[in-house]
Amino acid sequence: MTPAPQEQLLNAAAALRRDLGPDLHDRVSEAIYTEATQIANRTISTDSRQAAFRLDRTVDQLVTSRLWGFPLMLLLLMAVFWATIAGANVPSRMLADLLLGTVYNALHAGAAAIGTPVWLSGLLIDGVYLATAWVVSVMLPPMAIFFPLFTLLEDLGYLPRVAFNLDRLFKGAGAHGKQSLSMMMGWGCNAAGVVATRIIDSPRERLIAIITNNFSICNGRWPTLILMGTLFIGATAPPALASFVAAASVVTVAVIGIFTTLLVSALLSRTVLTGEASTFSLELPPYRPPQVLRTLYTSLIGRTLIVLWRAITMAAPAGAVIWLSSNIMIGDASIAAHLVNALNPFGWWLGLNGVILLAYLVAIPANEIIIPTILMLTLTLNRSQLAQAGVMLELDNNLVYQTLTQFGGWTMLTAVNLMLFSLLHNPCGTTILTIWNETKSAKWTAVSTLLPLLLGIIVTFVTAAVARLVGWV
Amino acid sequence: MNTSPPIGATTLDQLSLGATGRVLALGNQGAERRRLFDLGITPGTLIQSEVRSPLGDPVAYRVRNTLIALRREQSQMIMITLDLEETIV
Amino acid sequence: MSDELVTPQASSLPHAACNTCPAYTNAQLRKLGLDVSGWDYTVALAGNPNTGKSTVFNALTGLRQHTGNWAGKTVTRAEGGFRFQGKRYKLVDLPGTYSLLSTSADEEVARDFLLFGQPHVTVIVADATRLERNLNLVLQILAITDSVVVAVNLIDEARRHGIMIDERGLARDLGVPVVPIVARRGEGLPELLSTIAQVASGAIRPRPRHVPLRDAALERAVKQLVAQIEAVFPNLPQAYWVALRLLDGDASIAQAVREGTIGDLTRGQAVAPIALEAA
Ligand SMILES: Nc1nc2c(ncn2[C@@H]2O[C@H](COP(=O)(O)OP(=O)(O)OP(=O)(O)O)[C@@H](O)[C@H]2O)c(=O)[nH]1
Ligand SMILES: [Mg+2]
Repeated sequence: MTPAPQEQLLNAAAALRRDLGPDLHDRVSEAIYTEATQIANRTISTDSRQAAFRLDRTVDQLVTSRLWGFPLMLLLLMAVFWATIAGANVPSRMLADLLLGTVYNALHAGAAAIGTPVWLSGLLIDGVYLATAWVVSVMLPPMAIFFPLFTLLEDLGYLPRVAFNLDRLFKGAGAHGKQSLSMMMGWGCNAAGVVATRIIDSPRERLIAIITNNFSICNGRWPTLILMGTLFIGATAPPALASFVAAASVVTVAVIGIFTTLLVSALLSRTVLTGEASTFSLELPPYRPPQVLRTLYTSLIGRTLIVLWRAITMAAPAGAVIWLSSNIMIGDASIAAHLVNALNPFGWWLGLNGVILLAYLVAIPANEIIIPTILMLTLTLNRSQLAQAGVMLELDNNLVYQTLTQFGGWTMLTAVNLMLFSLLHNPCGTTILTIWNETKSAKWTAVSTLLPLLLGIIVTFVTAAVARLVGWV
Repeated sequence: MNTSPPIGATTLDQLSLGATGRVLALGNQGAERRRLFDLGITPGTLIQSEVRSPLGDPVAYRVRNTLIALRREQSQMIMITLDLEETIV
Repeated sequence: MSDELVTPQASSLPHAACNTCPAYTNAQLRKLGLDVSGWDYTVALAGNPNTGKSTVFNALTGLRQHTGNWAGKTVTRAEGGFRFQGKRYKLVDLPGTYSLLSTSADEEVARDFLLFGQPHVTVIVADATRLERNLNLVLQILAITDSVVVAVNLIDEARRHGIMIDERGLARDLGVPVVPIVARRGEGLPELLSTIAQVASGAIRPRPRHVPLRDAALERAVKQLVAQIEAVFPNLPQAYWVALRLLDGDASIAQAVREGTIGDLTRGQAVAPIALEAA
C-alpha cells in the first residue's frame, strides 16, 4: 500500500531536511538580517548618534536602579491611589447627594404623585434605581481618576520597566517575567488580564499566569477597597493624613496580591505545573511623552464609561433581586433575612458576616455590585431601627460608616477582612468564562475559580482567629 | 561549529554595563534560539549592555537600536567578542 | 458620530507636496466603526509589536482599540471599517509579531491571518526609530505577499532623535510603496489611504524584493518541495512558506499537513487553547 500523498510529502520534506542540515532557520534568518542591515545602512542617516536615547538611558538607570527601582514602583502606586482617593472624595459626595438624595427623593415624590403602587415604586426605585445609583457614585469618581493615571503610566512606557524589575522574583517563582504585564492588565479587568497572558510563549507559564491573575485587584474591586480603606482605616488617622493612610491600606492589599501571585505561582510551578523555565525576552520600548489630554479623554470614554456601563447593567437586575428578596416574606422574615441568618455563623468565623457573604453570592456575575448589595441589605434588614434613628437613605460616608457599625455590627476586623476577601475570592463570571475560553479545560477553570476562594477562606479565618485571640476585637 | 573560542571571547552575561561586544555565536537551542535571531541577535551584531534590573537579573541589552532584556540563562549561552572600539549609541 | 472627515492636512513630511494633487484633495475618509458589511477590500495591519498599528486602526475606523507603550498590548484580532473614495474597506488590526516564525499565542493570530487570511492589502507599520529590526519582518512578509504597503510610523520620534529616513530609497529597495506617517497626529494618513486604495485596485503593482537565500542547495530544496506541496494542496496560498517551515522541522505545520488542515489556519479567529497535559 502506498502512503497517503500527505505522508509522501512529509517524507520528502524530511529527506531534504536531512540533506540540508539542522541550522536552516539560522541561515534564512541571517540572510534576511544581512539584507535588512544593508537596506538600513542605505536609507537611514543619523545626525547625532551619541545624543539618541541618552535621556532614556538616564531615566532607565534610575527607574531600574538597585536603590530606587523598588521604592519608585511603590511610590508611584501610592501616588496613583492617593490621587484617586483624595480626588474622588468630593465628587463622590456630590454624586451621592445628587443621585441618592435629590434624584431619589424626586423619583419617590413623582411615583407617589402618579399613584404608583408601593410595591412597584419600591422595586423600581428602592431596588433597581438605588443599586445603580450606588454603583455609579461609588465607582465613577475613583475609576475616572485611576484609569487615566494608569493609562498615562502605560503610555509613558513604565509598565515594561516594572516587568523588568520584578522578573527576578517571577523567575524565582518558576514563572514568566511577562506575567507582571498580564498582572497589571488585571488591575484594570481580570478578563482582560487573562487574555493578555497570550504574550507568554510557554503553555505552562501561561497557565500559571492565568490561574493567578485573579490576585490582581480589578476595577470592580478597587471601589470596595477604597471605601473600606477610607471609612475604617483612613478615618483612624488625623484628617490631614487620612487619604494617605487610606491609600496606603489599598496599596498594601494590592501588594499582598502581588506576593500571593508569586507564592501561588511558586506553589504551582513546584507541584502540578513543573517544567523548565522558557525563553524570556522583554523589549523595553523608548519612553514616549503621553498625549495627556487625549489620554484623559480616551480613558474616560473608552474605559471608565464602558466599565461603568457594565456595572450598571449588572446592578440593575441585582437591585431588583435584592429588593424582592428583602421584601418577600417567608414566615416571620424576608428571604434575605433567612439567608443572612443562615450565613451569619460561617461569616463570623471568617471575621465577616452573613450580609457580606450573601453579597458575594449575589455578586458572582460582577464584583462591582458588592458595595451596593451590602449597603442595601444592611439598610433593609435594619429598616425598623433605622427608621427610629431617623437615618435617611441619602448616605454620605459618615452615615454609611454609622449604619455599618451601629446597625450592621461592623468592626475594624470586618473591614480588614472584607478587604482581604475582596482580594481573595472566586473570579467574576466573565473572567471564569474567559479562562474557559483560553484554556478549554474544565480542570484549570475549576482550579482558577476555587483556589482563590479557598485561600480567601483560610486567610480571613486565620486573621479573624488571631484578631480575637489577641483581643483586638 | 568552531572548536575553541577566539582570544577575547566571552559570554554576553559577562559583558559589563556600558560595554559593547559583537555576537560570535549562539549556543541557545530551539524556540529560544529562533526568538533571539528574530530579535536581531545574530552573529556579527553589535550588542551593548545597558541596564541591570535591581535584583541583578535580567539585564537589558541594546541591539540594533532596540532594548531587549534577557535573563542570565539566555545571555550566558551567547558568545561574544569584546568590542572596545565601537559603541552603539 | 464617527463620520468625521480626515482631510489632507499640511504636514512637514517630505511627501507633503502630494497634498496638493487632485487625487489627495478630494480624498475623503468616512470612518465606519464596527460596520464591516459589504466591504470591497480587506486590509491587514501587521508589524512588530508597539509600532502603532492600533493607533492607525483607530485613526482610520474611529474605533477605540486600546493602545499602550509596550510590546504585546493587542493580543486578539480586531476588525473595523472605513470608506474611502467610494470603496468600503475592512481593516484588521493584528497583534504585533517579531517574525512569521512566531511562537506565542498572540503572534500566531497575526501569523495565521497574514499567511492564510489573504488580505487584499497588507500594511506593515514599521517603527522609524528601529527600522533595521522591523525590516526583518517586512522582508519576511514580502516573501509571502506582493500587495504590501510599508507605513513608516513614529517619524516624529525619529526626528526628535536625529534619525532621518530616505523613504524613496527604502521604497526602491523594498519594491513596495513606503509612506512616512505620524499615526498619533494623523500626519501622512491621507497619503497612506490613497496608497492603500491604489494597491487594492491594482493601480500600483508592487514588485517586492525577495531576499535571496544565498544557498543553492536550499533554493533547490525549497523549489522541489513547493512543487510537491502544490501538487497535494492545489489551493494552498502559501506553499513557499509551508515549504520553509517543513524544511525547518516545524512539528505543528507538519501536523497540519498530515491532517490536511493546513489551509484552515485561516479561518479560526480563536487561538488554539493551551495544550498542556499536566502531570
Ligand atoms: N510619538 C508617537 N507615538 C505614537 C505614534 N503612533 C503610536 N504611538 C504610540 O506608540 C504606542 C504604541 O502604539 P499602539 O498603537 O498600541 O501600537 P501597536 O503596534 O498596536 O502595539 P501592539 O498591539 O503591542 O503590537 C502608544 O503609546 C501610542 O500612543 C506616533 O506616530 N508618534
Ligand atoms: Mg495594537
